[in-house]
Amino acid sequence: MSALEFLLAGTLAAALPLLLAALGEMVVEKTGLLNLGLEGMMALGAAIAFICVYHSGSHSFGFLAASLAGATLAMLFAFLVIFLKANEVASGLAVGVLGLGLSALFGKNYESLTISGLSEFGLPALSKIPVIGPALFTQDIVVWLAITGTMVLWYILNKTKLGLIIAAVGENVEAARAIGYPVGGIRCAAVAFGGGMCGLAGAYASTVYTPLWADGMIAGRGWIALALVVFGTWQTGRVAFGAVLFGVLSLGELTAQAIGVAIPSQVLSSLPYFVTILMLVAISRHRRHSS
Amino acid sequence: MKLRLIRRDAASRLAMFGAPVLALILTCMTSLVLFALLGVPAGKALHSLLLKPFLSWYSFTEVLLKMAPLLLIAQGLAIGFRANVFNIGAEGQFVIGALCASAFPVYFPEGNFPLMLPAMIIAGGVGGTIYAGIAAGLRIRFGASEILVTLMLTFIAIQVLNYFLLGPWKDPRGFNFPQTVMFPENALLPLLFENVRPNISLIFALLASLFAYLMMEHHFRGYQLRTSGLSPKAALYAGFNAPKMILLSLALSGLAAGIAGASEVAGPLGQLQRSVATGYGYAAIIVAYVGGLRPLGIIASSFLISVLYIGGDSATVSAGLPVAAVEVFQGMLLAFYLLTFTFIRFRVQIDRSVSA
Repeated sequence: MSALEFLLAGTLAAALPLLLAALGEMVVEKTGLLNLGLEGMMALGAAIAFICVYHSGSHSFGFLAASLAGATLAMLFAFLVIFLKANEVASGLAVGVLGLGLSALFGKNYESLTISGLSEFGLPALSKIPVIGPALFTQDIVVWLAITGTMVLWYILNKTKLGLIIAAVGENVEAARAIGYPVGGIRCAAVAFGGGMCGLAGAYASTVYTPLWADGMIAGRGWIALALVVFGTWQTGRVAFGAVLFGVLSLGELTAQAIGVAIPSQVLSSLPYFVTILMLVAISRHRRHSS
Repeated sequence: MKLRLIRRDAASRLAMFGAPVLALILTCMTSLVLFALLGVPAGKALHSLLLKPFLSWYSFTEVLLKMAPLLLIAQGLAIGFRANVFNIGAEGQFVIGALCASAFPVYFPEGNFPLMLPAMIIAGGVGGTIYAGIAAGLRIRFGASEILVTLMLTFIAIQVLNYFLLGPWKDPRGFNFPQTVMFPENALLPLLFENVRPNISLIFALLASLFAYLMMEHHFRGYQLRTSGLSPKAALYAGFNAPKMILLSLALSGLAAGIAGASEVAGPLGQLQRSVATGYGYAAIIVAYVGGLRPLGIIASSFLISVLYIGGDSATVSAGLPVAAVEVFQGMLLAFYLLTFTFIRFRVQIDRSVSA
């Protein structure tokens, strides 16, 4: 396999945890909250999924348990922020630290154990395309489900009443309250959804992408996902595109090899963060011009 | 029946001191249950975690060593937090401070540079200030969220650190380890006591605490900062300069984190290495909150969190507690603190009337 083929094949899988976590956080942020605990919720999901798959052998069970774990941890955030009106930043960090710690605690006895990953299958016809076909269109089922799920989420957020309600809560709380929407309930649901998605993202990382559990294995992907939401300017399609882009960058040195240029890998690794800062600046410029 | 939270006009004094204590008790009780569930001898773990650090002079001095950077960074962060300016990237400013300070001993490894130590500390402080200043500039000029910018800058700082350690600053005789040369004697901070590691950076931290106390509690500038945090509208009406508050908050917290970073390489590490970024910048956020964002409270909370670190180390050996338990403990402490803190700001009212 050439470096390019390897990159094509690896990109979607590398992008997937970023995509799931970022889409979850995007919905949270659309309701006007910011949960900084992604890294912890992903780590907890990863540990729980690995433990469940190890004992049950069922990936579906692992993913289900991971999403529940992520959502449960997220509910702590929701309880602190929505019910107790505690500081958002501190609450998010508390959840993040707690998740990281719990994941290491639960996963301690499972390090260096192995489970089987998921088999990949190709889409008929498309996977027959030479070079890019087998590389790009042969993926595991979670990738295909995630792509479908992204489209469904786009539809819900942009074409349904629920999407409008979510936007209303985020953009004008007072108005949403006046109409009679249960703002707290909607935010709770969004936070739980965000946590569940982080759990799924972690599960993919620990049971499919690299089927093993190691402390610290999320390795900053939660923070990248947080950056991704900004990069994607809170729009499903752009977040998905960003996930692929950041996925390529996360394969850092490999990418440099494929392009065939000698850039220090640190430059590539810091690109997502750099681009995100530029994005934050650009958004506010745009806001200023349009208003 | 419905529970309602009513905002108090003034924080209840009892609750202000009671909240952190109650949070600590709740955290201990919850961890006891958690450790028991995980099959760790719970009593023994808690004993190591909270008492062992006091049982020998050496481990007590290790607590003081940890306390210095946490206290220094947290004092800086708390100033901003009270003004509603959230610097989450102290870790990055800490790393940049360590990098700037290391430039001197790396380029003058024989120590043949006059005033080596003051130059390092100043460079660290300036580096941290400028790095945090970037976030201030972007927030003031473009309205970019300082939460996200400082966070992103942290990850960039770590890549910069990696670049220097793997490239130009790598010790040629260091067996290819990503670390610089060992610093010369005159690039190391004087120790406070003989044969143990705490150095004078603890005094920097205590001076910073005094400064923070005087500024925040007794100076008009502190009043302006607190007003900006409690009621931005009131601050605007009073004519307080909002960009100045943002810049001041970020610059002071960056300065503190930068000096802490410089003190780390000129202190216990004695060289620049990857492990300089061990999360002091994040832990200091917890320290700041558990200390109630008050200068005096932060002295107590930085001591407590340091005890947990040192106790956690000994608990991993004596009770087989995973290293991560310290994180769980910290996370729980913050969560419980935020929970109990609610009762400082609000009182719970039971509303028996039928709500509309």
